[in-house]
Amino acid sequence: MTQNKTYIHDYITIQNNEIVLNGTSVFKIDPTDFADFSKQAYRNFEIQYPKFFKMDALSKLAFLGSELLLSPITVADKENNIALILANKSSSLDTDVKYQESLSNKEDYFPSPAVFVYTLPNICLGEISIRHQLKSENSFFIFDAFNPEFMSNYSNILLNSNKADVVLCGWVEFFNDNYKAFLCTISSEENLKHKNETINTLYNK
Amino acid sequence: MMREVYITETNCITPLGFNVKSNIEAVVNGKTGIQQHEDSSLMPMPFYASIINNEELNSAFEKISTSKKYSRLEKMMILALEPIIKNSGIELNSKTAFILSTTKGNVTALQNDSEESFQNAHLDVLAKNVSDFFGFITQPIVISNACVSGILAVSIAKRMIQSELYDNVFIIAGDEVSEFVLSGFNSFQAMSDLPCKPYSKNRTGVSLGEAAAAVLVSAEAKNAKIKVIGDSSINDANHISGPSRTGEGLFRSIQNALKEAQIDTDKLDYISAHGTATPFNDEMEAIALSRLGLQTVPVNSLKGFYGHTLGASGLLETVIAIESTNQNMLFESIGFDEIGVSEEINIIQKNEVKNIEFFLKTASGFGGCNTAVVFEKVKSN
Repeated sequence: MTQNKTYIHDYITIQNNEIVLNGTSVFKIDPTDFADFSKQAYRNFEIQYPKFFKMDALSKLAFLGSELLLSPITVADKENNIALILANKSSSLDTDVKYQESLSNKEDYFPSPAVFVYTLPNICLGEISIRHQLKSENSFFIFDAFNPEFMSNYSNILLNSNKADVVLCGWVEFFNDNYKAFLCTISSEENLKHKNETINTLYNK
Repeated sequence: MMREVYITETNCITPLGFNVKSNIEAVVNGKTGIQQHEDSSLMPMPFYASIINNEELNSAFEKISTSKKYSRLEKMMILALEPIIKNSGIELNSKTAFILSTTKGNVTALQNDSEESFQNAHLDVLAKNVSDFFGFITQPIVISNACVSGILAVSIAKRMIQSELYDNVFIIAGDEVSEFVLSGFNSFQAMSDLPCKPYSKNRTGVSLGEAAAAVLVSAEAKNAKIKVIGDSSINDANHISGPSRTGEGLFRSIQNALKEAQIDTDKLDYISAHGTATPFNDEMEAIALSRLGLQTVPVNSLKGFYGHTLGASGLLETVIAIESTNQNMLFESIGFDEIGVSEEINIIQKNEVKNIEFFLKTASGFGGCNTAVVFEKVKSN
């Protein structure tokens, strides 16, 4: 396979009540829980997407990160071949635990389909695909810790094999109100903004 | 020149048998693993599912390990992988990857409140337990992409081999029938009250099942069972819990996979489809196949034999389809009676001898995901 050089275009980090885009803090509030933080972030960026409020926390986290990276580069009514490659440690366990709790009460046994559907980590990829109309490659991986080598290799494979024009890749971890998202866009188009950086150095900033 | 990619070893652990041969015998004889179960720890009312017998599982496992620390699913996965790792003689070095595909993994561990049990519900822990049993030295890659996980793993393994990151990739795909999953499908009113009937007029939903399937994907043509020649995995971008009405994601996945394989639709001899037997899924597949002009290609769903084994299904059904191809026999789509989708598609109604050169495997799942992979029979030397 031809190994063309690929470039990181934009990146975003969401953690500790703050959103940092390309190294610049774009939203920060006093410590609060994720439900409140995500709602305030949604309002701050004047996002118009009521479905957001039905999502579980993992999807909200992935949605917010992708929103700021993808909105400027997606064009309505045009094909956007942007692959989504996300990973985390806790899969959908935050919602799995809530769903499991709903099963433990045998007297009041009404498992909810609206909760069950979020007991899959790849649902957040579906949410992002719907939002930006991305009919594109997508897969969700689980690792014990952020694995920049795999994410970078696999993104390059998709770009070099022409399965995607751009890859949105990163880490979206959420469990019990502990969260961190790191997402970046990569493509073969030359971009020297982050030429001395790798996914790993940006993740650890 | 792009590297060629093959599947050289296969195995599966299912209610129909603990190796490929016994599974094929059962399928040829029209035997299904789906039975009625009454087990209030799984479901308040009786239900149909395809479940592995615990005594058989434990006794098979005792033959390869005396350790008591493995979960039911881990035993299934280790049993599926063990003979193929041994047979292959492949060194588990830095060029040998390990992919584990699952939808829910050890989710049953959540029934227990302890911290240790909670850790075991993590998919990376499941992967490490299985990986350490065999001594892989590369970090396990876990794919959890709903019901396409098992076949998506083949596609990802192929891509990693083509890029020369690895020479060999062992894949295990497995899922278990649990209260968690049964109640969830039931909450969607997606469960069939009889053994599932894919593509039939009177289908009412899925029967769930459990299985583990394992394959070795390799750059080495020696002992190849099949060649992997094209793949694609495109999201519908339509709905998180229902398929696109036009089958757009599946349509594009198949189109891309055929394009990469450089074959026209009329070359396909067989399609191993997803066919969960829910009204929407089967209809969506029929529309996608029809839009591609694949109405006359023989198609089956193996869900009538195994139930829906979630993340295992795509790989298990690939293992069976490889045998179908190499034995030149189309297997009956069990449970089918009268066509119940709006587009005419060619459901295989009884076992039939047919030369198969190329086949297509597809799957679709929650989150709007779809995967299509095209395989080519290996010419004997």
